Amino acid sequence: MATVELKNVSKIYSENVKAVDSISLKIEDKEFLVLVGPSGCGKSTTLRMIAGLESISTGEMFIDEKLVNDIQPKDRDIALVFQNYALYPHMTVFDNIAFGLKLRKIDKNEIQKRVKNVSDILELSDLLNRKPKALSGGQRQRVALGRAIVRNPKVFLFDEPLSNLDAKLRVQMRTEISKLHQRLGVTMIYVTHDQTEAMTMGDRIVVMKDGTIQQVDTPLNLYRKPVNTFVAGFIGTPSMNFIEGKILKNNGLEFNSLDESFIFMLPEKYIEKLENWSNRNIKLGIRPESFSYESKNDNSVKIKIKISVFEPMGNESFLYFNLGGKEIVSRVPGIIEQKVGNEIDLFINSDNLYYFDELTGNTIYVK
Amino acid sequence: MKKITLHIFLIIAGLLTLAPFIWMVSASLMNDGHASVYPPRFFPDEVTFIQFERLFSRLSVSRNLLNSLIVSFLVTFISLIFNSMAGYAFAKYRFAGRDKLFSLLLSSMIIPAQVTMLPLFLMLKSFGFINTYLAIIIPGMANIFGIFLIKQYAMSIPDSIIESARMDGASDFQIYWKIILPLCTPILVTLAIFTFMGTWNDFLWPLIALTDSSMYTLPVALANLMGEHTKDPELMMAGSVITIIPIIIVFLALQKYYIKGIMMGSVKE
Repeated sequence: MATVELKNVSKIYSENVKAVDSISLKIEDKEFLVLVGPSGCGKSTTLRMIAGLESISTGEMFIDEKLVNDIQPKDRDIALVFQNYALYPHMTVFDNIAFGLKLRKIDKNEIQKRVKNVSDILELSDLLNRKPKALSGGQRQRVALGRAIVRNPKVFLFDEPLSNLDAKLRVQMRTEISKLHQRLGVTMIYVTHDQTEAMTMGDRIVVMKDGTIQQVDTPLNLYRKPVNTFVAGFIGTPSMNFIEGKILKNNGLEFNSLDESFIFMLPEKYIEKLENWSNRNIKLGIRPESFSYESKNDNSVKIKIKISVFEPMGNESFLYFNLGGKEIVSRVPGIIEQKVGNEIDLFINSDNLYYFDELTGNTIYVK
Repeated sequence: MKKITLHIFLIIAGLLTLAPFIWMVSASLMNDGHASVYPPRFFPDEVTFIQFERLFSRLSVSRNLLNSLIVSFLVTFISLIFNSMAGYAFAKYRFAGRDKLFSLLLSSMIIPAQVTMLPLFLMLKSFGFINTYLAIIIPGMANIFGIFLIKQYAMSIPDSIIESARMDGASDFQIYWKIILPLCTPILVTLAIFTFMGTWNDFLWPLIALTDSSMYTLPVALANLMGEHTKDPELMMAGSVITIIPIIIVFLALQKYYIKGIMMGSVKE
């Protein structure tokens, strides 16, 4: 059993700088959990506290239900894969992988066996005698992985391991790590700033900001039911569009953008939930995917827009335009070729809209 | 045309620089009196090793050579260990007062060595170490220049490598021995050359600290020789050759590390 639990864990640096502010989290056995958030949100610090490389200022940390606050990294039975691989430059690939085993005085034959096993899994068998400087970025990352795997740890930790790789290699390694997780069946905690990595790899995702947890949920739940504007804007690419405005009572409920250029009637089923929010400042959230060339249903809102930027991606295109005083991005099928300056009709599926409290950023209502 | 002029100029400059050394080696191979002949001869008429024989048999220069070797190797080896430990600690460990302590050490480099020689002499005398190898070794066990060099170099080792070793289960000493030292090889070799040469060539301190001629290191013995045998330039040249040759060998053998060490500085990876 390899669960990890944090209870009110904080990391406080001198002068009251709180890198991590009282977070509580339980990671299940065999789970692939992703910590995601912008730079400086505290995700790496949290990971390093789990690893034991940073001391815990307040709170308790449990690995396998044992309190580990004061236990050395080497005794926590975990392995960490670093962003810059952290391979030992003066040792061969074999020695790099075997280093931890040699320190634990494991039998030479056993070391040979384990290293060979790992290098077969990661396709490193031909590279065992090379030094890190003679390896490509992807190969180095695999050696770093091998070094972690060979120790048979209870928990794998990853600190943005793919950030230094080019885009194509990143996609390849993503699937390799996911496959590795399925194969080894070990708890993995993965830190990244890339929401695509988070969405594609995680069983659950922890979205962090300013040292606190914003939301913990499965990828799809985060996408469909974000709890605030931060999570809503962070998950999904291109990000959700926000338009400030008010809900007014006008034979039902009507949304008015602040500059009053964008007005539409809310579907009836929302009236009950949103009545109490009338005349208060709210933020309307529209995902780029909610725009289309055709009306999808009775609740579709028709808008006239002028294209300011056109980005053809092949199977889909991104159209940028002004709506309600904001620059909006929409995602539409790529079949129609557009030009900057074109004035066209678009439809918004108002069944898929999000409403946020302007003051707190919290979600008021979502489907 | 320019290239040829440049080459000729460089060859001439090179020869001029080498001339005194060539003369020194030549003279050491000459018989008595042949060096002061007029017109002066650059190369010996007949090569003889009699000067060297005299040095080793009659004047026990072999003992002085041994002293120099022992002292230089020991000081180099011991100071490398202490300097590298201190340099690594200053570079990678966080402890209270670290930066202030380092600044204090650096600022002490302003003090000229001659100022410290009297207090040092009195201190070693009270321990009874004067006229022993320890008189040379103890002051040389660590030095700020070495600590500084290693600290600057060690700072360029990525923290993640050290953290990775920690996670792999290495103790602090194991990290020092298996990771830091191998990675610091260029600067360690550079420092070894500096220290060896400095200790080998040191004249003033051994002159003060060593009182028996049997304990003298080569530079002191050579000066002694000069005092007693001013009329034997061939003998003195032979003494000089013995003093210089080991250093030249060490330097030539390790110079590629030396150059690399100076150039690498804090740029790594």
